[in-house]
Amino acid sequence: MRLRLSEADAAFREEMRAFFTTQVPERIRSVVAERRELSKDDIVETQRILNAAGLAVPAWPTEWGGRGWTSLQRHIWHEEMQLANVPAPLAFNTSMVGPVIATFGSQEQKERFLPATANIDIWWSQGFSEPDAGSDLASLRTAAVRDGDHYVVNGQKTWTTLGQYGDWIFTLVRTDPDAPKKQMGISFLLIDMTSPGLTVRPIKLIDGGQEVNEVFFEDVRVPVGNLVGEENKGWTYAKFLLGNERVGVAPVGSTKSVLARAKQLAKDRLDDPFVAARFAELETELLALELTALRVVANSADGKPHPASSVLKLRGTQLQQAVTELLVDLAGPGGVASGADDDSAVPQWARVATPRYLNYRKASIYGGSNEVQRQIIAGTILGL
Amino acid sequence: MDFELDDEQTALRDAVRRLLASTYATIDGRRASTAKAPGWDEGMWGRLAEMGVLGLPFTEEDGGMGAGPVEVALVAEQLGRVLAPEPFAEAVVLAGGLVAAAGSAAQKEQLLPGVVDGTTVAAFAHFEPGAAAGAPPRSVTATQDGDGWVLDGVKEPVLHGAQAGLLVVSARVDADGTDRTGLFVVAADAAGLDRVDYPTYDGTRAARVTFASTPATPLGAAGANASDVVALVTAHAQVALCHEAVGAMATALDLTTEYLRTRKQFGVPLKTFQALTFRAADMYVSLELARSMALWATLVLADGDPDAAVVAATRAVVQTSAAGRHIGQEAIQLHGGIGMTAEYAVGHYTTRLTAIDQLLGGRTAHLRVLADHVGEYDVVDPLAV
Repeated sequence: MRLRLSEADAAFREEMRAFFTTQVPERIRSVVAERRELSKDDIVETQRILNAAGLAVPAWPTEWGGRGWTSLQRHIWHEEMQLANVPAPLAFNTSMVGPVIATFGSQEQKERFLPATANIDIWWSQGFSEPDAGSDLASLRTAAVRDGDHYVVNGQKTWTTLGQYGDWIFTLVRTDPDAPKKQMGISFLLIDMTSPGLTVRPIKLIDGGQEVNEVFFEDVRVPVGNLVGEENKGWTYAKFLLGNERVGVAPVGSTKSVLARAKQLAKDRLDDPFVAARFAELETELLALELTALRVVANSADGKPHPASSVLKLRGTQLQQAVTELLVDLAGPGGVASGADDDSAVPQWARVATPRYLNYRKASIYGGSNEVQRQIIAGTILGL
Repeated sequence: MDFELDDEQTALRDAVRRLLASTYATIDGRRASTAKAPGWDEGMWGRLAEMGVLGLPFTEEDGGMGAGPVEVALVAEQLGRVLAPEPFAEAVVLAGGLVAAAGSAAQKEQLLPGVVDGTTVAAFAHFEPGAAAGAPPRSVTATQDGDGWVLDGVKEPVLHGAQAGLLVVSARVDADGTDRTGLFVVAADAAGLDRVDYPTYDGTRAARVTFASTPATPLGAAGANASDVVALVTAHAQVALCHEAVGAMATALDLTTEYLRTRKQFGVPLKTFQALTFRAADMYVSLELARSMALWATLVLADGDPDAAVVAATRAVVQTSAAGRHIGQEAIQLHGGIGMTAEYAVGHYTTRLTAIDQLLGGRTAHLRVLADHVGEYDVVDPLAV
């Protein structure tokens, strides 16, 4: 057992910290620090800077831009990026569809999609959830019927985050409605979002923002060459993808960063023991989470997520939400002034506190709701 | 950063686990050991000594094994797993640790061999009636009496205070009008020493220890302020107790999941009910978070910076205290009435977890310490303590 990072890992950490704090424009990092909304251009610009430096897709196979890092190095990369308020590479590209194509796709698909995905020349959207398939994803109904060298897709996806920017969408579609188990008739299909018959409709959320969308498919023709892997094996690829999603989903660094900023903002109120105690409590809980993440990282072999990664998702989102809640409390009645402009007497951080709080109610729902995580812990770990 | 045990540490853990299983395979072992004097199994204590366990925290120069916090932690966790009543954290890590940290060379040579070979069970008389956790001694005072010192006042509760062959006592020393914390050694047969033994709710023993002009020997240099030493050695003992709690929580969760699998109501196993399995899942989350924090605190202790050690122990207590209450309470609730009975094991785990929580000083008191300093840094970095 050892507390300190090895000399090599400590140097790696310094290298990451230096890169993130000097090579990504302050203009973009301040958007994250101030919890304002990132534009599409901010996200694309950042990912291209990272990709040029080999820092966008380190977990991919090395021939496609991966770095062959240890899981601890990947953890450090991720944490330092968040602590420096650098917008993370688009998860749909780098930790969802990219690894699926790299692992299960054809050589032609890899060449066509992976470089563009790493450099965000293609912005991917996720087409998994449906109105009647949320936590019970396998009951999805969007159908793909073979017609010559095309699939004809009909149905609806929903909760498509940032789908308004999407160039392509990776979908789970039902290709065998008669399969003996509903998981067995699903395929993983890549669809160009400019295809005729595909429409994107925004869903307005309670925080006033437009972050998610519905995507409708009406006789959308998709070349069979866009099928990833084998027909009806899509559920296997989806489980692989969701496992990856869960590892990255404990937002320790960004929660620490928001909490540190909250402490700065509340500096003159720390003599209030109730305020100080909430910081002390959240910092300690976050430390326990971070240490658990380090334990999981150390025990993740072959890219397979440690079963305790469900703890990270569950607790990580609880604490992420708790910090947004603290900021709401610090903002007080001024927080109601969310629609005021920059001439407002209410500071910017207080004006965004409540919309952010409302927005982050999503965190315990997406990526496998926290109830699904409890189900996984009870079933897989505790044998219940 | 690395949380893995090396081969020697794994072997030690397994050996301790096997030894404890010989007596504490079921809760009947604890019941039997605590039912008779001195409140633990003296044969087991001797075998732990033979294995070198009682010498783990001490340097080879002091007659110990030259091991460290990691080895102490894994022994403590094994004790907690089976609720072994042997007072390892209290007698060895805490009372023995104070002798090692504050004693003169002659005192260490005189006192530590007995601690290491198990013939002397030491106790730290520190808690005072009505005093808050972590408070310096007030009611027990030390005054100079000719060439020597005498103690007056009451310490309570003192864990295994009536059974101890050696008392290490904290006392208020008036040094030129300012109070200092002094550490003193009092022999079991000292004049003016009165010890009233009683049972505690978790099945162990404690005592009210009264000093009336009781002769005492300063531990280390007379008049030295020992508050830093007490804080550091207490941190070591707290982290050991956190590991004992982690072991107890793990077993409490095991017992609970086993019960959910086997107990039937309404014609089906309890694990059929998601309202119950989700609560077990939350217990697991609490356990793993507490385990992570206890392991980290152990590594900070081993790293050697005393200020960092005290803060790390405080954070570990905050986490363990909450986890121990959560898991202890839920373990009983998920068992139902059987969990309330003295005959069944799980309630004993809750009882012991509660005692550990109180001995650690509890979550609120430690949170207050952290809250007092929260404005002095930006973020907590576990790798740069």
